[in-house]
Amino acid sequence: MTTSSPAGTTLQTKTQSSDDNRLKLLEATMKRHQHRPDALIEVLHKAQELYGYLTPELLISVAQRLHLPPSRVYGVATFYHFFSLVPPGEHNCTICLGTACYVKGAAAILGELEQQLGLQAGQTSADGKISLLAARCLGACGIAPAVVLDGQVIGHAIPDELQTRVAELLK
Amino acid sequence: MDISELHAIAERERARRTSIRIHCCTSSGCMASGGVVLHEQLTKAVSAAGRQAEIETVAVGCMGFCGLGPMVVVEPEHLIFERVRPDQAAELVGALAGKPCSIERGDPQHPFFARQLPIVRRNGGQINPERIEEYIAAGGYQALYHAVHDLEPNEVIEELTRSGLRGRGGAGYPTGLKWATVAKSRGERKFVVCNGDEGDPGAFMDRSILESDPHLVLEGMCIAGYAVGASQGYLYVRGEYPLAISRLQKAIGQARRLGILGSQIFDTAFDFKIDIRVGAGAFVCGEETALIASIEGRRGQPRPRPPYPAEQGLWGFPTLINNVETLANIAPIINGGADWYASIGTAQSKGTKVFALTGKVRNTGLIEVPMGISLREIVEDLGGGTPDGVAVKAVQTGGPSGGCIPASLFHTAVSYETLAEVGSIMGSGGMVVMDASTDMVELARFYVDFCMDESCGKCIPCRVGTIQLHRLLSRIRAGEASRAELDDLEQLCNLVRDTSLCGLGQSAPNPVLSTLRYFREEYEALCQPEP
Repeated sequence: MTTSSPAGTTLQTKTQSSDDNRLKLLEATMKRHQHRPDALIEVLHKAQELYGYLTPELLISVAQRLHLPPSRVYGVATFYHFFSLVPPGEHNCTICLGTACYVKGAAAILGELEQQLGLQAGQTSADGKISLLAARCLGACGIAPAVVLDGQVIGHAIPDELQTRVAELLK
Repeated sequence: MDISELHAIAERERARRTSIRIHCCTSSGCMASGGVVLHEQLTKAVSAAGRQAEIETVAVGCMGFCGLGPMVVVEPEHLIFERVRPDQAAELVGALAGKPCSIERGDPQHPFFARQLPIVRRNGGQINPERIEEYIAAGGYQALYHAVHDLEPNEVIEELTRSGLRGRGGAGYPTGLKWATVAKSRGERKFVVCNGDEGDPGAFMDRSILESDPHLVLEGMCIAGYAVGASQGYLYVRGEYPLAISRLQKAIGQARRLGILGSQIFDTAFDFKIDIRVGAGAFVCGEETALIASIEGRRGQPRPRPPYPAEQGLWGFPTLINNVETLANIAPIINGGADWYASIGTAQSKGTKVFALTGKVRNTGLIEVPMGISLREIVEDLGGGTPDGVAVKAVQTGGPSGGCIPASLFHTAVSYETLAEVGSIMGSGGMVVMDASTDMVELARFYVDFCMDESCGKCIPCRVGTIQLHRLLSRIRAGEASRAELDDLEQLCNLVRDTSLCGLGQSAPNPVLSTLRYFREEYEALCQPEP
């Protein structure tokens, strides 16, 4: 107990200080926009970049700082696909479902991954390990079908290879 | 900053260059195929060969042939290398000293390259988009200088009107007329907005222009600001395009430092500032009134027009909204003259159009072709037909707002009018090729699913109509529908088209109507037999 407690304390202070830092960074973004209500989308982008997703507390604090009703902030956050109100998985796999990828069999790739992971597109596994997402178009049509695995774009994706790579990530 | 300084920058840049330049594509498509690592390896290989004094490696923008990336082109001899792996870097550098080389070589005379006419993509694959000096050495910002020093705003608009340029976002509204309307509108302030919310699935022209030649778009926006009397511009870019955003940010900073953006541009009384607005993933924001709402920090929902944004746009002020490709055409028109531009294309559709040629086609990538070229030339000559040589069934242009054109109509020339006549639209430039394996009913359902999901929910015909269209198409697809329901489908399509508030709903039925028109037998084959 005695040996683990100091380590625990450091960890806690660390999270707290990084928390403070994130708040500071968010505040700096709002300040740069002079807390103007029309900067809402820019501010939400920054908030999601810092925190990974938008919690109700975060939305309320943004509303207060930009002098907006919370309903307006919630409305904007839920209108745009880019913003997420739930935590993302540790890993993420995005299948492009743009027309070019679709014509080249992206729907089958998604279907096989959905089966493999037991998830529907847009869901995160119960253990928080992986999020499976579908994108409307990544603009990488020249290398269709395209898939993004943890930020890395994979062109000319082959279902079997992709399934192996996903399985390896989850090991 | 005056013209002699601009020339001096260009001169210094040309003097700095080595005799051989290895151009390595690092745009999104090639980046995904390993372009950045390849560029690093090529730089190392040049050092290892001890040839840094005569060879430089340049990370350039999109060369267009994305399907064969990463692409490397060695200038001035214009040697094309395709699908180059990073471990082949030393071999490639060796090949320049005459050593044998097993890397796939491209033919510059291949129709994919030879049939193109690059105007807005002229610098793609030629310059490093992250260095303003390279853009200036390629003649950049001279059009802006000429405009603000030698031309009155109305003369700029006059030149544009005579050029015959029309909006490249899809609708094809005459650009000169739009500029003239904003110039005439009265307002304390005016704005220029560049619409870079390229949402059509299967289209990546604007992404490539923004990534490969960001200054070209900035220069177009500045000239637009001067012509209509605006001092603030907004560049609205999709959040899905991080590379484009970072390159634009860099480009804006560089231009500002040289006094090309900001106050007293080129030592005149003209001020112009550009800010970036990052989209958050909503297809409807490509519609201009929704785009305005989004820039104002609200939900991207359209409003009825009139009043048009040219009279009442951002915060109620007159606002000029142009698509990326339209703005990329401005500097070349000012440099080359209206007569030159108007000599390209057809009577009603002037200049060139960039298309993203994708799907079941051998050569995938970006092409810029003169208006008036036939669909057959694009698909068969530039595209090389299908990869396995089977017959092409149709091409889809205009994304979810467009339609499918069957192979029997491939003699159709590409122009705003002719594509509309065959039931599609020019659109922003997506061109997806399909072969016999593509199920047209399923494709129609795919597009309606897209529009259903992207409907903003403001007007009922679009919000409810797209859901009902999707339900009907699913029934047909599952073989549960009767033939009479095909008529219901058509009726509903007409209703949604005629009564929706904005372009999204008005054009959502297009993919269904065009496939019903040309591939009705596929629908009928799925219907239950008459009792």
